[in-house]
Amino acid sequence: MIVTIIYLVMYSIALLTLISLGLAVIFGLMKVINLAHGEFIMLGAYVCVLCTDAGLPLWLAFLAAFVGVGLFGIVVERLLIRFLYGRIIDTLLATWGLSLFMVGIITTVFGPQARSVPLSFGNVQMGGMSFSSYNFVLMAVAALMIAVTWAILRYTTFGLIVRGTMQRADMASALGVNRNMVYMTTFGYGAALAGLAGAVLAPMTGASPNMGQFFISKAFVTVIVGGQLPLTGTISASGLFGVIDGSVSYFWSSIVGEVSTLVAAVMLLRLLPSGITGKMRSGL
Amino acid sequence: MKLTRRNFIRTASGALAFVSSTAALTRAGLAQAEPIRIASILDATGGLNSYSLKQIKSTAMAVEELNQSGGLLGRPIELVFYDSQSNNQLNSQYATQALVKDKVHVVMGGITSSSREVMRPVMQKFRGLYFYNSVYEGGVCDRRHVCTGLVPGQQVAPLVEYIVKEKGLKRGYILAADYNYGQIIAKWMQKFIRANGGEDVGIEFFPLDATNFAPVLSRIQETKPDVVWSALVGDAQMGFYRQYEATIGKKTIPLASTTYGLGRENATLSADENDGVVISTSFIDSLPSEAAADFLKRFKAFSGEDDYVSEYGEYGYRGVMLWAVAVRKAGSPNPDDVIKALGGTTFEGAGGTYTIDGQTNHTTMDVHVAVGNRTGGFDLVKSFSQQPPSDTQAVCDLNANPDDTKQYEPEL
Repeated sequence: MIVTIIYLVMYSIALLTLISLGLAVIFGLMKVINLAHGEFIMLGAYVCVLCTDAGLPLWLAFLAAFVGVGLFGIVVERLLIRFLYGRIIDTLLATWGLSLFMVGIITTVFGPQARSVPLSFGNVQMGGMSFSSYNFVLMAVAALMIAVTWAILRYTTFGLIVRGTMQRADMASALGVNRNMVYMTTFGYGAALAGLAGAVLAPMTGASPNMGQFFISKAFVTVIVGGQLPLTGTISASGLFGVIDGSVSYFWSSIVGEVSTLVAAVMLLRLLPSGITGKMRSGL
Repeated sequence: MKLTRRNFIRTASGALAFVSSTAALTRAGLAQAEPIRIASILDATGGLNSYSLKQIKSTAMAVEELNQSGGLLGRPIELVFYDSQSNNQLNSQYATQALVKDKVHVVMGGITSSSREVMRPVMQKFRGLYFYNSVYEGGVCDRRHVCTGLVPGQQVAPLVEYIVKEKGLKRGYILAADYNYGQIIAKWMQKFIRANGGEDVGIEFFPLDATNFAPVLSRIQETKPDVVWSALVGDAQMGFYRQYEATIGKKTIPLASTTYGLGRENATLSADENDGVVISTSFIDSLPSEAAADFLKRFKAFSGEDDYVSEYGEYGYRGVMLWAVAVRKAGSPNPDDVIKALGGTTFEGAGGTYTIDGQTNHTTMDVHVAVGNRTGGFDLVKSFSQQPPSDTQAVCDLNANPDDTKQYEPEL
């Protein structure tokens, strides 16, 4: 039973991390609230479906979704987001419009029916229980996403510049940093993470034009509760909700699990209105 | 064609563009008579459209066939399509528009129980007639409402009899979608499982956007039931079948469902995921009858699509045809005249004989138990001939109480 609970909690944490890290990077570093985040995930799922249909191996499909949706994010930033920096309500409306547009386009091009990625990973036995092997792949990808994002921000010159720009954009500009370039790349990276998340989820949930809605509210709650620091915030909020959701869902039911997660979120925001990391001045 | 709103909707819906074309009507010699109007309110878009897409086309196909064979009562039929976009608010709005502005003689459509419940009061208010072509939880007692789909007494009873009695899978774990259909169908499953000497060892509901089924998959393994019963609904919950196969597998614990296949899950999921799911239904594409093969052939010619049609695809055709028989019987398309003629109305359809039961305005039909195969379809296991809507008959008598409009819930 202990094994099952640990597995369910880890899996819950991994799912939340997967769906919210891209949103957290964009929100934490750029203060842009991307309401089309769910549709970026959906786009990643479609890239994964198309790649596996074309006979590519799954890991290559993941890579294609990461790169493809990342490039799409850069285009969106150039055409839409860059005109709206500092105007939170306007970015909300613009990205919401973008999400409706993307659902419409995908429905028109690929049809409204859900698509599948055949999953042939089988299961593993532990203590008399079967666990889907693919769920461990999902956990590994979530951990990898955290590790790579942390390494980029912590150890590369680019990460340093990004952090500097986010703290004092005017000072960074004065020191010769191309601010637009930094914003564009950060948005692209956030979109790429969302695309990768969609591709990793696709074999479990399939790909359908409306799938963004299944994830967007959970991702938002995680990011808002996490607060402004993208990594610490996502890890702590996913960790907290994952423990609650994983264990409560196991002992009672998925519905009670979801309700208790939301109750915890409301209580936390009452105590820490700007999120868990809201008061932290520095960090990642 | 002048681009009026209705023409636009008709063109945009694709399937209906040529249904009432002047050429076809002139050929049939019907162009002069005042048309009889049918409203079709279904979800061409939105999260629930997988249930509607084929039905939209089969409804149009039925109207075209009626027009080609001379219309109804010497009058052509005009189909007006409304896309309710998986949004109940639009169901209510379009039902009102259909009756008040477009003056239709019958409203067909609605998939979810919630969409039906917002349209029924509209029928009362404007004295319309409504055909609900869908599987649902049963119990609606309303003379302005006709259900041509399966209710629990017809659908769950044969499935439980097959699974619990014949297969001996007594201990069942029930999973259902968390809204009125799922809640009520789960009660019926419990009732029938217990009545057949089985035991319900677990019951759980899921929100329609649930995607993570790992916790319940663990609990199922610990409870070790003989069979898992599913009444899961929609695209998100389709993920359950993927995760079930990847974690437990139907070879370890079999899976029976009242909803699987309605959203054409079988045509979307992989061979492993479809293989072995036991369902009960009133129509599968592989039904070994002349009528089924002929229906599929005509549907393919009409729609240009040759993928799986499904029970919900057939429902649209069945609804229009049953209504047409009642209209001929009544000698008038006016709702109140047709309502009087509904009882005993019979149509020989693709899934067998359908007869409207005048006591409840539900439909007696053949029920088929089938098992998912590796080619995205189902293999017929056993047919139960002419199952009456027994659950609704037990609570509803429209002959005695013609003004009843209630939906009765089972007390278990």
